[in-house]
Amino acid sequence: MASETTTLRRPQPLPGRDSAPFWEAASRGELFGQRCAACGVFRHPPRPMCPHCQSLKTEWVRLSGRGKVAANMRPIHPRIPMFDYPLVCVLVDLDEGIRLFSNLYECAPESVENGMEVEVFFVPTAGDKQVPVFRPVRGGRS
Amino acid sequence: MKRNKAVIAGIGQTEFSKDSGRSELQLACEAIKHALDDAGLRPSDVDGFSTFTIDNNEDVDIVRSMGIETLRFSSRTPHGGGGSMATIAHGMAAVEAGLCNTFVCLRAMNERSEARFGIAHMTPTASNKGSGSGFLEWSMPFGAATPAAWTGIQAQAYMARYGLTNADFAPISVQLRKNAATNPLAWYYERPITIEDHQSSRWIVEPVFRLLDCCQETDGGVAIVITTEERARDLRQKPARIAHATQSIPFDTETVTNFYHKDLTVFDSGVQCAKELYGRTGLSPRDIQVGMLYDHFTIAVFWHLEAMGFCKPGEAAAFVKDGNVALDGTIALSPNGGLIGEAYVHGMNLVTEAVRQIRGTATNQVQNVENVLLSAGMSGAILSKC
Repeated sequence: MASETTTLRRPQPLPGRDSAPFWEAASRGELFGQRCAACGVFRHPPRPMCPHCQSLKTEWVRLSGRGKVAANMRPIHPRIPMFDYPLVCVLVDLDEGIRLFSNLYECAPESVENGMEVEVFFVPTAGDKQVPVFRPVRGGRS
Repeated sequence: MKRNKAVIAGIGQTEFSKDSGRSELQLACEAIKHALDDAGLRPSDVDGFSTFTIDNNEDVDIVRSMGIETLRFSSRTPHGGGGSMATIAHGMAAVEAGLCNTFVCLRAMNERSEARFGIAHMTPTASNKGSGSGFLEWSMPFGAATPAAWTGIQAQAYMARYGLTNADFAPISVQLRKNAATNPLAWYYERPITIEDHQSSRWIVEPVFRLLDCCQETDGGVAIVITTEERARDLRQKPARIAHATQSIPFDTETVTNFYHKDLTVFDSGVQCAKELYGRTGLSPRDIQVGMLYDHFTIAVFWHLEAMGFCKPGEAAAFVKDGNVALDGTIALSPNGGLIGEAYVHGMNLVTEAVRQIRGTATNQVQNVENVLLSAGMSGAILSKC
């Protein structure tokens, strides 16, 4: 398992101007989300305006890193040389109400189920960056 | 009643291959010339044009290659094949508003021999840098770099919700290849498959898509000519009326990487298309005889059937298994073989078949066709007999 989570070949993210704080936090080993500073609603992917109140006031806040698997699949073909296989891709519904695309580790690929409780950790990429990935919460929540 | 009701007066295409051996501009010119010949029009008649944002052909090159005198309206439509029917919507709108009289919709590409879609996309290129998708920034760092992977994760949510396995997709693939087998224009002409063939094909995205769940990569060009119903009366072909055509870009929707709307089991863009198409035309699912449903992957047919009201949410697998999408079924599915069986010209070869079905000239002609639905998710259209 270790080789799957410590690869340095994983390509680094391609941050945009509005999303850079997400990726910068991830590279520090922190999961940050974008929240409207006016109405308090989280949003992802990041964008300059709140779709609920049209405020341009944005704040980046540290997230719980906890959530549930909303969907999962395993890319088989074509294999991408920068990744190790088997590779589990997941959509995670975070407790804060936003959804991330990521990977799931520390779990047998065939035993992944939607609704599974997961928590964030970070893996390195090329360019000395990090990206957020997930693993099952052992024994559920305390 | 609209004054200048838009119709499709001509259709044209090149052969569908895996290596055309000529430029995308040549494919474009050939397809447009065939469509104009079909209608009985000349290049000098053309004054409106649209193609996809991701098509490599420029309108100025089409104009000077073909000897078009002047374009008065030119647009590009977003969202790749999901937006394919937007070319029809733009043509309808421009012709009915009187902005132009003879409108050409085009898609021409060497999508197998040059820039392949099915490969892993790791860096921005002209064909993957956006047009409604956020895949590079949010999926690439996690190893999801193909259309099958992006679509597959949403598909898995649907499968888990309704207890489906990959075997439930097999009848779609078998039906489309059966249709293609009797269509000489299809890449898979005379090459039908069985359920067993589908189930023994290799995994592409586990446990969602096998190879035979995926559409093809194709070299080819398709063109459509739109004009007014009044003018079409003097032209060569029986026109197909554009009952309505629409685009559909609901809140929090993306093209292909559609991960962020609330309920992933709902095909949100298709639902909006259905509201618009049925609402504007007064038609309902029981008025539709043929469904040209954008089948980039088998599961998409389930999504279209449910969004367009042919069955209830979660019932599409049983609906298909019961034979409802056969050529003599409740709603005949892509009689040309669709994108899986005929060719993948990004949805535009669904339009040519829809027109043939309205004209009554298709190889796999469905009986008593009055209305044909074109459903591509981010866009849709209904064609009707005049």
